[in-house]
Amino acid sequence: MNKILSSGIALLAAGVLSTSAAQAETLRLLTWGGYAPENVVELFEKETGHTVEVTKSNNEEMVAKLRATNGGGFDLAQPSQDRIAGAQAEFDIYKPLDLSKIDASQFIPSMLEATKGNTMIDGEVYGVPHVWGTSGLVVNTAMAGQVKDYTDLCDPSVAGKVSYRLKRPTLIGFAFSMGLDPFAAYNDEAAYQDILDKVEAKLIDCKSNVKTYWGGGDEIKNLLRSGEVVAAMAWDTGGWSLNADNADITFVAPTSGALGWIDTFAMPKRGRADEAAYAWINFVMQPEIAAMITTAAGNFTASQGGDAGVDDALKARYQASFPQEAIDNIKWYPTVPANLETLEGAVLDRVNAAK
Amino acid sequence: MTQAQSRLGLYLLMAPLMLWLLLLIIIPHIGMFLVSISVKTGVRQYVTGFGNYMVFFTEPLYWNTFARTAFMSIAATFLTLLIGFPVAYYIAKLTRGRTKTTLFLMCLIPFWVSELVRTFGWMILLRETGIFSSFLQYIGVHSGPVEFLYNDAAIMIGLVYTSMLFMVVPLVTTLDSLDDSLIEAGYDLGGNGISILREIIIPHAMPGIVSGCIVVFMLSLGNYLTPILLGGKDSLWFTGLIYSQFITRFNWELGSAFGFLLLGLSSTIVWVGLKLSRQSLTDTVGR
Repeated sequence: MNKILSSGIALLAAGVLSTSAAQAETLRLLTWGGYAPENVVELFEKETGHTVEVTKSNNEEMVAKLRATNGGGFDLAQPSQDRIAGAQAEFDIYKPLDLSKIDASQFIPSMLEATKGNTMIDGEVYGVPHVWGTSGLVVNTAMAGQVKDYTDLCDPSVAGKVSYRLKRPTLIGFAFSMGLDPFAAYNDEAAYQDILDKVEAKLIDCKSNVKTYWGGGDEIKNLLRSGEVVAAMAWDTGGWSLNADNADITFVAPTSGALGWIDTFAMPKRGRADEAAYAWINFVMQPEIAAMITTAAGNFTASQGGDAGVDDALKARYQASFPQEAIDNIKWYPTVPANLETLEGAVLDRVNAAK
Repeated sequence: MTQAQSRLGLYLLMAPLMLWLLLLIIIPHIGMFLVSISVKTGVRQYVTGFGNYMVFFTEPLYWNTFARTAFMSIAATFLTLLIGFPVAYYIAKLTRGRTKTTLFLMCLIPFWVSELVRTFGWMILLRETGIFSSFLQYIGVHSGPVEFLYNDAAIMIGLVYTSMLFMVVPLVTTLDSLDDSLIEAGYDLGGNGISILREIIIPHAMPGIVSGCIVVFMLSLGNYLTPILLGGKDSLWFTGLIYSQFITRFNWELGSAFGFLLLGLSSTIVWVGLKLSRQSLTDTVGR
């Protein structure tokens, strides 16, 4: 009797041990700076028992990293919604999400549906939205108040005091500013090449105006803060954080429309800690946690009610940059077809090489 | 038995080197080569061929970038030699004991911080709101701010500074081995400074010069940070091109092909340099 009891207890203990071992996972998160602030990670680890390892990255590096390992090494990644379907078709690095494990009621419905649609391949959803924001112009209004649109960066009045990135948002932004619609030509390679040719000529023409092509967020902030650059293409958060130090510098939504992006949650194909990954998604989408992330990253989230707890200074800056018509004019990135980035790469190389 | 034992010992001693070569150099290179000869024809479709290598020769942009990188690296090597030689000569011949060690150490100290930090140091000095620009305005030479950064001269400064040590060290070693009495004899026989430099010092230091030049040339050619950070919008550098193919264009096939072309072309340039200076690898680097 005693023996049976003790073996029963041993079995029970083994069961408890094994389930707790299965529960406590290490979540390897591949994300952007500010999306997993330390206070949020701490709360999550305390509540769920999982541990979180954060790797900060950007869209291109995420694809390169996951491609190198065939979708391994990370359990949750946060690429932009337009960069999932193309990368998935090309390199097969993500796995479909199990939507039943995600609490959809925590998301802003329109944003959730849009992202699901954009990341859907063969009826399977590969991404749900997390943080959204825009890129446009960051302008020192005291020195370059006349800059209202991307092409104004090529104006002689700001010669040598302008900066932008040599990346695809620059091509897209200039195309819109020149009255073209690159998104409409996404699925027509010849038409898209035609647009790219025009943008290439403009960017080469504009090169003498550029001080330097910036690479990282801190680099452009330094250039703007020191006054060496007075107008730049950059993210809204960069403009708002500079605005806190210098009231003259702020984010301006270009007249041709700011470019809107949504960073998502996507699961790498060979990720192991799926439970922890779903737990993280549901955890950070809670309104109060989402507000903490907005405070750290400067961008708003797709969490329903998540903007309520955000501090008023950030809200004021957001409203100053985005009157209602500017919000309506945001150009949201549609899914990038697989082959377009090769065409764009060649254009960027030629602009870089031009004198 | 003893022979077998000594052979086993030899293998064991060689094992780390062989593993290093095999795992970190040979196998990755084979992998890279296989990637470089697969040409993309569509989504997830590849055929084997040398199309990626042809891109380099048919697209003038890539070819020009390589030529520019090679030319600037050669220029940087000569500049480093011009500046490094007097420094090395002074350290090797004109100082003794403690001073010598101190001077040598001073050449070494900048290398105690990483290359990134050194490059940022130059950015602080050269930028428009930087120290040089402010100083020129302060003493009244120039009225407005001056931009020194983001041009080829800035790249050159960075490259020379980064590779100075690798020129000075081999030069000091070879100049150290030159007997002072040979120089004295040169003067006794009626030579002047220039003829002694030409007839005695440079021929003796030639192996050091060549090995220093090879190392500096390869370091400059393969440098990534300095040209990108200091060069700004004109920072076209071949390694930067490889980086952008791999990371921002997702085009590993072309990037790998570029990697092999860089390896082949830079080896060719070194080989030509050795032929022109009538030196061999065993005499210079292998000493």
